[in-house]
Formats: sequence, structure tokens, C-alpha cells
Amino acid sequence: MKKMSKTTRSNLITYLMVIVIFAVVQIMVSTGHVSSLLQGLLVPLCAYVILAVSLNLTVGILGELSLGHAGFMCVGAFTSAFFSKCAVEAIPAAGVRYFLALLIGAAAAGICGILIGIPVLRLKGDYLAIVTLAFGEIIKNIVNILFIGRDDKGFHFSTKDSMSLGLEEGGKVIVNGPQGITGTPKDSTFVVGVILILVTLFVVLNLMHSRSGRAIMAIRDNRIAAESVGINITKYKLMAFSISAALAGVAGVIYAHNLATLTAQPKNFGYNMSIMILVFVVLGGIGNMRGSIIAAIILTLLPELLRGLSDYRMLIYAVVLIVMMLFNWSPKAIEWREKYSARFRRKNGKSAKEAA
Amino acid sequence: MSFISYLVNGISLGSVYAIIALGYTMVYGIAKMLNFAHGDVIMVGAYVVMTAIASGGLPPAAAVLLAVVFCTILGVVIESVAYRPLLNAASSLAVLITAIGVSYLLQNVALLVFGANTKSFSSVVPVPALVLAGGSLTISGETIVTIVSCIVIMAGLTLFIKKTKAGQAMLAVSEDKGAAQLMGINVNGTIALTFAIGSALAAVAGVLLCSAYPSLNPYTGAMPGIKAFVAAVFGGIGSIPGALIGGILLGVIEIFGKAYISSQMADAIVFGVLIIVLIVKPAGILGKNIQEKV
Repeated sequence: MKKMSKTTRSNLITYLMVIVIFAVVQIMVSTGHVSSLLQGLLVPLCAYVILAVSLNLTVGILGELSLGHAGFMCVGAFTSAFFSKCAVEAIPAAGVRYFLALLIGAAAAGICGILIGIPVLRLKGDYLAIVTLAFGEIIKNIVNILFIGRDDKGFHFSTKDSMSLGLEEGGKVIVNGPQGITGTPKDSTFVVGVILILVTLFVVLNLMHSRSGRAIMAIRDNRIAAESVGINITKYKLMAFSISAALAGVAGVIYAHNLATLTAQPKNFGYNMSIMILVFVVLGGIGNMRGSIIAAIILTLLPELLRGLSDYRMLIYAVVLIVMMLFNWSPKAIEWREKYSARFRRKNGKSAKEAA
Repeated sequence: MSFISYLVNGISLGSVYAIIALGYTMVYGIAKMLNFAHGDVIMVGAYVVMTAIASGGLPPAAAVLLAVVFCTILGVVIESVAYRPLLNAASSLAVLITAIGVSYLLQNVALLVFGANTKSFSSVVPVPALVLAGGSLTISGETIVTIVSCIVIMAGLTLFIKKTKAGQAMLAVSEDKGAAQLMGINVNGTIALTFAIGSALAAVAGVLLCSAYPSLNPYTGAMPGIKAFVAAVFGGIGSIPGALIGGILLGVIEIFGKAYISSQMADAIVFGVLIIVLIVKPAGILGKNIQEKV
């Protein structure tokens, strides 16, 4: 145990924390201490945790801001649900199908991340925030006007309505515009969700402490210095961002395979969702994965327990964002905190001496 | 004739974008920050006008003046409470996230005060429509007023920056904050003044936008705000004539896209423009490519 490095120990604590929370929840469920409302929240909670960790990769490690994480989630959700619905008969084994759906959802979201990242990430400045925000809104619009059906001849596409698909008899509408995708197999469970959280953490934590991760953090801390020691800025930025997008796609897969009807609404894939994930990251601590997990869990469960506050929920999120940023990043607040903690330490030191 | 009428509509919408983009561009030039809440100040301005007319019984001109004053104060308060403490923060991400928080706060306060329902906004423009070419081309009063106010604002702002001491101070602060301070310029005051002007313009833009498209809800400001940012980038962020050119081009592109390609994809077309600009000429039409010195 002594030889274990600090980072390994910290990573193990994070994994262990997830497993302990999982065990506690499982025990509470089996002894009947969890209401059915909260049980229904467990799978979306897994998706939120993954989203928070993946956004923290962009915000905390890469130092860019993505406001379209709900959009990447939407891409992952719809591509994977589309695949699962098509493959329900071809691949009867739920495990294999779910695994393939995960790969497809992650790949589709990752590719979108690369497509957005190529023009934007080579620039300096806050362009990523605005472009991802736009992406999130557009992807929602596109999904809402998309109709895809399938019959014996193959797939039919339309952007008008389900009638203009021209399906033959026996053909099925798979994506039905604003009505979305109905009848996705419900393959997501809490156990699968927790396993995927662990996988996400494994990917992100290992990336952080790898050579590439160091390069990414070097770019975040000083772009010019990183460039002058020969780090390929665009490549590493693109790498971090596309991994983050792909992980958001994984969250989308979990989310989609938990719903009977998947629709793209502002509520689940809109701007508010992206902001909510950002609040998880900011509240948990930018760059701190463990904090993101805890914040995601607390902020998902708290509003359900405090139903009366639901009108003010978004308002509270906004205030949390502003106050946390001011408190954590303002030079004056940092100075004040350091002064205060120094005084506190001195006092403690004194009392310790007196005790001795 | 429909082509000309689309063109006029595009220029009118573009003028609104240009007025909003001015606020973005000036703040970006001086404080080097992206003020996400700018779009929501538009919405606040429109709500103030609507409430002042409906509940306060004020004449439209007084209501607009009230909105301008209200938004100016709001802009200065936002700057001093939320942005100024973070101006020298270690990461530029800090002030960006705070700006998003402010934007979200304004939206949700409006949601609690005025409700989520879209309200109809009665036009405050007293100018009658202009009928040309024997009735086949009608230009609404709102369009005329919008285009004229855009020209007046542009000319006034250019004069202000070129001829007054405060305007010169703005230029100096945007060039080099430290050197400006050494020359005895009140940097914080200049930044506050920039926010005040930007927010006052946002109030005007809000009134013009809601007079032309008469519906108002707490999210009204968000989309035009983002598009105006696209316009500012298009024209070259930090440049005032760039905001005008970018805004008008973007407005024309959006209206033509809506008319000739697809009305549902108009937003996607606008953001497509942004992506193309960022690939081809990231500094924008009038922007300068400045090499970083170490």
C-alpha cells in the first residue's frame, strides 16, 4: 500500500466511492427503502453522472466550454435507439445488442464532436461555447423534422411527415419526427449504468494521467508555452473534446434505452439540460471528477425530495453558477480565503501546542 | 418584387442584429469577454416597455426611454457585481461561466415574474407603412424605423468614439489596459461605460425586434443574442463597422434562407455561416489577424 502513488490512490478512492454508493442503493432498494419515484431516477442519474464527468473533461482538463453536451447526448440517444429498434429482430441477445448500440451511440457523438472541433478548436477564444450551443439547438430541430421508415425495400427518409415516406404495406415508421422513436427495448438497468460510470471514470482518469492528458493540461495552463515545446495543440484539443463528446453519447444511449418513447424536447436535450450539467461540474469543482459525481447525485435527488421548490430550481441553479464562480475564481475571494485559512491554521497550531 | 421585399426585410432584421452585435463587439473589444447575458438584456428591455405601456399607461416614447434607462442600470449592475471581480481571474473560463449564469438568471427571473406564456407585443412604432411600385411592394413602418435607427446609432457611436474623450479612452483601454491606466484613464469606469452603452443599445434592439416580430417570452432574447454574436464574428469581433456589415449580411442570409431554402432550417443556415467564417477567415471580414507576441 505504501508504494502506491498519490494519483493511483485518489483514483481508487473515486472508483470505490461509486461502488459503495451503488451497494448502498442496492441494499436500500432490496429492503424497500427507496420509493418507486426514486427508483425510476436511478438510470437517468447514471446518465447525468457520465455527462457531468465528460463535461468536466472539456471544462476542467481542456479548459474550453461546451454548451452543447445535451446535443451530443441527443445524437447518441437517437442513433443508438434507431439501431436497437432496427436490430431487435436481427440480434435477439439483449447484451450484444446493447453493446453494439453503445458503440454506435458513442461513435456518432464522437464524430459530431470531431466535425465541430476541427473548425473551432484551432482558434483561440471562446468560440467553442457558442458553436456547441448552436449545435445543441440545431440537432434538436433536425431530429424533430426527421422521418425514417423501413419496409422490404430498405430505408426511406423524409423531412415532411410520415405519409410522404411512401412505405409499402408492412413497412414501419422508425423515427416519427416530433413523436420521436417509440418502442426502444428497455435494456438500460442501474447495474449497467454503474458499470458504464466506472468505464467512463477509467477512461477519463487514465487520460488525465497519461502523456496525452499532461499535454492537454499543459495547453490549458499556457497555450504559448505548450506550443513552444512542440505540443500539437489542435490534435490534443480535438482528442479531449471528441472523447468528451463520445462519452456524452454513451450517456445518451443509457438515457434512450430507459424510455418507452424517445423525443427531442427542450426539457431533455435542450439548453437547460446543458446548463444543468454545467452546474454539476461547477458545483462539484472544475477539474475534479469525484466532485462532479457527488454534485450530480445531490442535485438530481434533491429537487425530487424538495418538490415545493421546483419553481425556483432553475433560479437556484443560476445563482449557484454565479456565486460559485465568484467565490472560487475571483482574485479577491481567493486572497480572502487564503488569509482566513492561514489564520484558522495558526489558531489550530496554537491550540495544538497548548494541548501538548 | 418578392425578392426586393425579402431583401428589405433582411436588411431590417440585419439592422437589429447589428445593433445587438455592437454591444457584443464593444464589450469584447474592451473587456475581452463574451457577454452571454447580452441577449437577455434585450428581453428585459422589451418586457419593461410592454409593462410600462400596459400597466403604467405611459406613452410609447416614454416607455422606450424608461426601458433604455432600466437596461443601462441593469448592465452596469451586472458588470460591477458579476463580471468585474473576475476580470483578472486566472482562467478566462470563469467570467464566461458567470456570464452564462447571469443569462440564465435573467431568463428565470423573467419566467417567474411574467410567466412562460408568450405575450403579444403591440408595436410602438407610429410610422405608417410605405407603399411603393403601385401597391406591389409594401415596406412597414417598423422596417423603416429599424433601418433609420440603425444608421443613426452607428453614426452617433462612431462620432462618440472619434470625437469625445470618453470614446478615446475606450479605444485606449481596448488597445492596452495597463498603459491606459498609467495615462490616467479610469479603466473600470470606462468598462462600466461600455456596458452601459451596450445595454442601452440592447434595450433599443429589444423594442425594435418585438415591434417587428410581435411576440415576447422569457427566451425571446436568447436566439437573436446568439445570432448577433455570429454577426459580430462575421464582421470581425471588436470592430464597429464590422458589426454593421456582419449584422446586415446575416439578416439578409437568414431571410433568404427562410424564403428560398427551408423555414425550419433557417437557424441551421445561420450557424453554418458561422462555421464557414471560422474555417475561412476566423478574424472576420474587417478583423485584423494579430500575431501573438511572447
